[in-house]
Amino acid sequence: MSGIPHDHYEPKSNGAKWLERRLPVIGLLYDTLFIPTPKNLNWMWIWGIVLAFCLVLQIVTGVILVMHYTPHVDLAFASIEHIMRNVNSGWAIRYIHMNGASLFFIAVYLHIFRGLYYGSYKAPREVTWIIGMLIYLLMMATGFLGYVLPWGQMSFWGATVITGLFGAIPFVGDAIQTWLLGGPSVDNATLNRFLSLHYLLPFVIAGLVVVHIWAFHTTGNNNPTGVEVRRSSRKEADADTLPFWPYFVIKDLFALAVVLVAFFAVVGFMPNYLGHPDNYIEANPLSTPAAIVPEWYYLPFYAILRAFDSEVWVVIAANWLTGGIVDAKFFGVIAMFGAIAVMALVPWLDTSSVRSGRYRPMFKWWFWLLAIDFMVLMWAGAMPAEGIYPYIALIGSAYWFAYFLVILPLLGIFEKPLPTPATIEEDFDAHYGKPDADGDTVTSPAE
Amino acid sequence: MFKKLALTTLTALTLSGGAALAAVVEGEVTNYSFSFEGPFGAYDQNQLQRGLQVFTEVCSACHGLRYVPIRSLSDEGGPGISEDQVRAYIEQNFIEVWDEDLRDYRPATPNDNFPVIDSAGAPDLSLMAKARAGFSGPYGLGINQFLFGMGGPEYITSLLTGYNGNDEEVAGIYLYGNDVFPGGLLSMSPPLFDGLVEFNDGSPNDAESMAEDVAAFLMWTAEPQMMARKKMGFTAVLLLGLLAVLLYLTNKRLWAPIKRRAKEN
Repeated sequence: MSGIPHDHYEPKSNGAKWLERRLPVIGLLYDTLFIPTPKNLNWMWIWGIVLAFCLVLQIVTGVILVMHYTPHVDLAFASIEHIMRNVNSGWAIRYIHMNGASLFFIAVYLHIFRGLYYGSYKAPREVTWIIGMLIYLLMMATGFLGYVLPWGQMSFWGATVITGLFGAIPFVGDAIQTWLLGGPSVDNATLNRFLSLHYLLPFVIAGLVVVHIWAFHTTGNNNPTGVEVRRSSRKEADADTLPFWPYFVIKDLFALAVVLVAFFAVVGFMPNYLGHPDNYIEANPLSTPAAIVPEWYYLPFYAILRAFDSEVWVVIAANWLTGGIVDAKFFGVIAMFGAIAVMALVPWLDTSSVRSGRYRPMFKWWFWLLAIDFMVLMWAGAMPAEGIYPYIALIGSAYWFAYFLVILPLLGIFEKPLPTPATIEEDFDAHYGKPDADGDTVTSPAE
Repeated sequence: MFKKLALTTLTALTLSGGAALAAVVEGEVTNYSFSFEGPFGAYDQNQLQRGLQVFTEVCSACHGLRYVPIRSLSDEGGPGISEDQVRAYIEQNFIEVWDEDLRDYRPATPNDNFPVIDSAGAPDLSLMAKARAGFSGPYGLGINQFLFGMGGPEYITSLLTGYNGNDEEVAGIYLYGNDVFPGGLLSMSPPLFDGLVEFNDGSPNDAESMAEDVAAFLMWTAEPQMMARKKMGFTAVLLLGLLAVLLYLTNKRLWAPIKRRAKEN
């Protein structure tokens, strides 16, 4: 795989030869495990393993939880309390599953921003990027569906608000919303189908993860320099890479252990920190909570959704141009999905010939501004939609779109990139070879 | 570089406390100090028993604990009442539960949950301490939550002692003025006054102390496994920390020749 010259599996025993002729599964595993990996990968390349771990963790704990959960509007909330009180270690499994979703999203955001900084989306890795975006969308769907299952106040009202977004689509919105809910409002039919889909989607994600890995094993990993591994001879390839096992497996496992220390500190000492207190009140269709706040991982996009109210000039213009078909609510929905769509299209929006942000002096600033913008949007999404907050959300949303649609295309033309190292080996040797006066290194791979 | 990894995780975690921030109750919640706060905090068994007494003699007239099994009163990490005492508790207080098969009320057994009481329109208290956030910490960073919890018991204590006498009659219903309750008016009359409940151990029984005791008890009903949870937290953090150290050393040794070769080039 990956066109990088390396050792291939040679079956030795007769049994192994017999199997390899019929199903080359050992060879496949061998190639996957020993894939040549750029040796200069830094600590931002560990999130993939964390994400794989999260997926397994969520599936295992989820399968156990569903054994004790009752998907019925009258019984769901009580069955969660049954899990918390009567099922052996049920509280631990549920708190791990609850916070596991948050770890999953922390890891996926760091993974995505890693890709954005080092240009991992650029040719020839566009398919890896697109598959990744699909996985991210499915994760958002799965997280939302799962949050409805405990049937607390936020579950119910969150479901009402989010499915209401589909109701904003002109002409067919109401029909789509009714179809999604299985009735005119969030009710038992909704809860049942949400459980069914919440159970199904993780396996779809698992399938896409295999494709994601397959795709980047075909192109080879990106690396902090963005310089490709030399493929012309075995000697050069060996100078640029190390086999995944054991070098990166051990490194990734170390990082995973550190991440899990923090994770279990949260599970053990403040498991409800990232949750909402209102979700410990059983769903009540007759009582709307004071503020309906989605889970933290949706907040940046929730802020974009709410930013475009009927007083924003683009919304007024869109409304006038479409003869009233696109109203503020529908505009918000388009903006929210558009924010993810522009991110998915970034391989074709970024015109720079240099892959890694490390060698792009202007890009760096705009990138970090985007990272800050993401945090600001997350914060604005948690605030009530009044006073100064909608303006902050609007500025944040504008920058999000400007980054992808204006800044990235123009930077490729106006920016003068710094020289990139000739090879990965050169970068690696420079990092570990020449400590400067402070004992620090010349180029930091963590940058 | 490794510092950066820890830093990004931390910022992601702290900045995401927005949801909790938005849920903070607007009234003036006093930051009472409870024994179970922080990673090292533990329930005070005597306080839980006093809280149970306050709940039984006062609150249970209107409020239920529908999700709490009565037998869990003798569970580890809880009020620590023996199984015989639990049976005696049920008998002395004439606790009855609705039996779907008999279509009638019958005396409760330890395996039943506390009865559902909602006749007065009063909310169930099983999860109240987790359903209210008194505070979330400076600037929404949630640091308070790690050290002091979510403030649910503080909210309960503050509410019970927050009556200010500014009562009003609204649409024919008499409402009691309260500094903590959202909106400032509450249909529950002040439930606690000094000396209302007599404790066997002679503990202070002024209204504020009783409010603290019952709030602690309600934290236990909301989170009966807190002690086991914190223990799991310590075990996991210690073992994974040890694993991380071992993996760090393994990784360092594994990469040493590679890095040495880079230095020689």
